[in-house]
Amino acid sequence: MNLFKIFKTGIVDENPAFRLVLGTCPTLAVTTSAINGVGMGVSTTVVLVGSNLVISLLRKFIPAKVRIPAYVTVIAGFVTIVQMLLKAYLPSIDKALGIFIPLIVVNCIILARAESFASKNTPVASIIDGLGMGVGFTLALLLMGSIREILGNGSIFGISVFGDSASPALAMILPPGGFLTFGIIIGILNRFSSVKIRSSGCMGCDGHCKKIIRENGGE
Amino acid sequence: MDIVKKLFGKMEENNVIQGILTAFLSAVLIENFVLVKFLGICPFLGVSKKINTALGMGAAVVFVMAVASAATWILQKCVLEPFDIEYLQTISFILVIAALVQLVEMVLQKTSRQLYQALGVYLPLITTNCAVLGVCIINFQNGFSFINSVLYGTFAGIGFTLAIVLFAGIRERLEFASIPESLRGFPISLISASLVSLAFFGFQGLIK
Repeated sequence: MNLFKIFKTGIVDENPAFRLVLGTCPTLAVTTSAINGVGMGVSTTVVLVGSNLVISLLRKFIPAKVRIPAYVTVIAGFVTIVQMLLKAYLPSIDKALGIFIPLIVVNCIILARAESFASKNTPVASIIDGLGMGVGFTLALLLMGSIREILGNGSIFGISVFGDSASPALAMILPPGGFLTFGIIIGILNRFSSVKIRSSGCMGCDGHCKKIIRENGGE
Repeated sequence: MDIVKKLFGKMEENNVIQGILTAFLSAVLIENFVLVKFLGICPFLGVSKKINTALGMGAAVVFVMAVASAATWILQKCVLEPFDIEYLQTISFILVIAALVQLVEMVLQKTSRQLYQALGVYLPLITTNCAVLGVCIINFQNGFSFINSVLYGTFAGIGFTLAIVLFAGIRERLEFASIPESLRGFPISLISASLVSLAFFGFQGLIK
């Protein structure tokens, strides 16, 4: 597969937030403003590229049976690096994203890419895949964050849009607005796409989990 | 988060029962983990099609969150802090939680067949549930004592269960509703979650 195609897949056809529906927690929680969305997206991209590279390099050495704990350890290492860098250089972003920075460890996007791409492909292809997925996730969070900031706070990147002419709907930057924006975006994408999103992809990280959910009447 | 912290503080000062009860109310209703804090959205949306399944998942989460709060508290105070390696918090917590979930699953399988059938099947799903790692980190951000950590883990788990069971009830009804084609399934679940979350905002200001 050529590298540009891998990169494009992550942004459009398999956008992690809107098409694969992975990492719903950060998608909903940190998108109260455009800048927070971008901060989270970039942090996730850094972790994704790093962990994809290392896992791809180690793919012939990690035994299949303990691969998940091994992946999680690699991912947690990169998350710690990002956590320290943010604390040192961007303390305001670190404060705004709060607990969701360490929680990048359990973001399904990263484990899912390790499992389904990096463990089977060359390091170069894995880096491109991580970049594509990361940029796709960042753009998705930027869109969510912009919509919520414009409607909920009347501004974008902190610059006022409406002036004093309209008062913003505060609910949009509160949790209900997050669910609503996400639901409507997915609905609109479903309307214009042949592939309809019917369920969350979070449970797709591990075939085992998916089977359990199906057997127990979940999605 | 601040309310719970304040209430636990109150609990140490004077009335224990009152402190616990109000902390319970605020962790379950006012600062609900799923609907207000956005932790544990994946299982909330993934395993909420039937009330029975939701109850099973909820019970498993309460149990794991309480045990994980205790285990990570001991790890933090007995290993990470004395050796001055707090920066390893994220790595060590996620590994301890993963190992713990495996251990609980194995113990349940050997000791209690019934309990294993009720809770065991949900356990593998819990490792990547961000609510579990989330509660452990929040415990330390707030500087809770051992007892407070375990209590907060349990209460947060109960809040998760309440949200997921309520939501499963709504989704069982949604099955029979007529919904525009593009919104069917996941999008309409999110929109109904938005309304449930809005309803929970009515609890803000319940405790001063």
